[in-house]
Amino acid sequence: MDILVFAEQREGKLKKTAYEVVSVGRSLTDESNGKLTAVIVGYNIKNISKELGKFGASNILVADDERLDKFVPSAYSRVVSSIIKNKNPDVVLFPFSSMGKDLMPSVAARLGVSAASDCTKVEISDGEIICHRPVYSGKAVAKVSFSNKPAVISLRPNTFSITEKPVSPNITEVEIELSPNDFLTIIKEIVSAESKRPDLTEADIIVAGGRGIGGSEKFSILEELADLLGAAVGASRSAVDAGWRPQKDQVGQTGKTVSPDLYIACGISGAIQHIAGISSAKYIVAINNDTEAPIFKVADYGIVGDLFEVVPAIIGELKNVP
Amino acid sequence: MNIVVCVKNVPDSETRIKILSDGVSIDESMIKFDTNPHDEYALEAAAQLKEKLGGEVTAICLGDDNATSTIKRCLACGADNAIHLVAQNSRMADSLVVAQALANEIKNISFDIILCGKQSSDTDSHLVGGLVAQILNIPCISMVNEISVSDKKVAASRDVEGAKEILECSLPCLLTAEKGLNKPRYPSLRDIMKAKKKEIKRKEIMLNQGGIEILSMEYPPPRNEGKIVGEGPEAVSELIKLLKEEAKVL
Repeated sequence: MDILVFAEQREGKLKKTAYEVVSVGRSLTDESNGKLTAVIVGYNIKNISKELGKFGASNILVADDERLDKFVPSAYSRVVSSIIKNKNPDVVLFPFSSMGKDLMPSVAARLGVSAASDCTKVEISDGEIICHRPVYSGKAVAKVSFSNKPAVISLRPNTFSITEKPVSPNITEVEIELSPNDFLTIIKEIVSAESKRPDLTEADIIVAGGRGIGGSEKFSILEELADLLGAAVGASRSAVDAGWRPQKDQVGQTGKTVSPDLYIACGISGAIQHIAGISSAKYIVAINNDTEAPIFKVADYGIVGDLFEVVPAIIGELKNVP
Repeated sequence: MNIVVCVKNVPDSETRIKILSDGVSIDESMIKFDTNPHDEYALEAAAQLKEKLGGEVTAICLGDDNATSTIKRCLACGADNAIHLVAQNSRMADSLVVAQALANEIKNISFDIILCGKQSSDTDSHLVGGLVAQILNIPCISMVNEISVSDKKVAASRDVEGAKEILECSLPCLLTAEKGLNKPRYPSLRDIMKAKKKEIKRKEIMLNQGGIEILSMEYPPPRNEGKIVGEGPEAVSELIKLLKEEAKVL
């Protein structure tokens, strides 16, 4: 089975999802004796493309052009879809990141094929590719197969493991044909986030607060813990709707779906819509003063108590232990 | 400024999902339906743009008969016209097939902007908006949390991983709405009464199978039985120990 993966980079840095899609592509091609091709798009990116070889990307196609320096959805989609038409792979893998969410529908429409988003498992069964994708906000999982080629798939970030498998890759630069029509949408401005904290969808650890926090300034105790752990800060819907945190911090059904190794829920009761967004977290810790809070039903470890006593105690303990 | 809003009627977010014995579909008989949350932001944005710039808002909804309640809500919250593409058993239909049906209808309408929710809360695909834009060959800005329209141009901002982007495109275009774009209105009784007089254009359509088949639908694997480590700050040492030694995540 020949597989083509889209390796995302921003500002000349490969994203974690790039290693994830390459690792998944590698394991599927190994299983099916296929060929793996990684595609990377941007400007001055030849050097970083080599890094994908560490994870088994034996063929790397580089679309390097000044006009592709910033992510322009229509131009990237044009470049990626012409590479796919040319290489005719059986499967195409994207990350379900902001960039992947833009690219995949546009590429799929250009190819006239159906696509499966946000998959949490991809497997080969009787020579066919099968994807598992959470639906109904994670309340069910659909197993789907494809009757069109290529099977276009996006992978939930932070869910698939990254596996090193060093190869010396063939790196080829592709010729790029772009017309003014490919730049109907332009990037006017990119404002980098002030915070050095990782993004919620990429973080290994998330410290999140809910209604029990009680105010925007009181989030500082969670920020302190997050910074100690190199974690991201998340919030429940009620904390966001109260104006304590920006929308981009919301975890749950109308916010982000997250898959960290550790999710620490502080003062979050655990409404069904919030649980929907954290069900693929590997471990959940709940700190809440209400023994009956539904969050304790999904938490691996719970502490019943006042978060303003418990969280400082965690900070103290982590600082004391070398 | 003529605007088309695409909306979907979905199971309410509190709904418990029950998978039927056929193993591929869910029991819809006990479900309460509601407008897809992200579509409400799209609808509100359309209503606000119309109030500012004039023009008409057309709501278009693909779904079964249950979708009528969502269409009525659109008509009470700012839509002037509504088209109901009536397709039975279409809830989990292939996104490409749905997008083709919507695009096929929208191309008969004179529009400047198409607004969609960024995703629906049943299929969670995040595909239909982008597909419709590409099929109609118009620019698309997705996941927008701010829109400004001037001089045949749209500027919109959105949050991506680690940054805020401001994008610009010409009209006509398609925008997909993120939560936070606005605060959707509740219709007044007067709006609801007025909406009753508005016509809903019903068109029966047939959707083909598409390129994806649902083989089975399952419940997510249950999480491991959790434990209460203890009460108050005294439990913290034990928690840290468990996270380090048992879970190995610290």
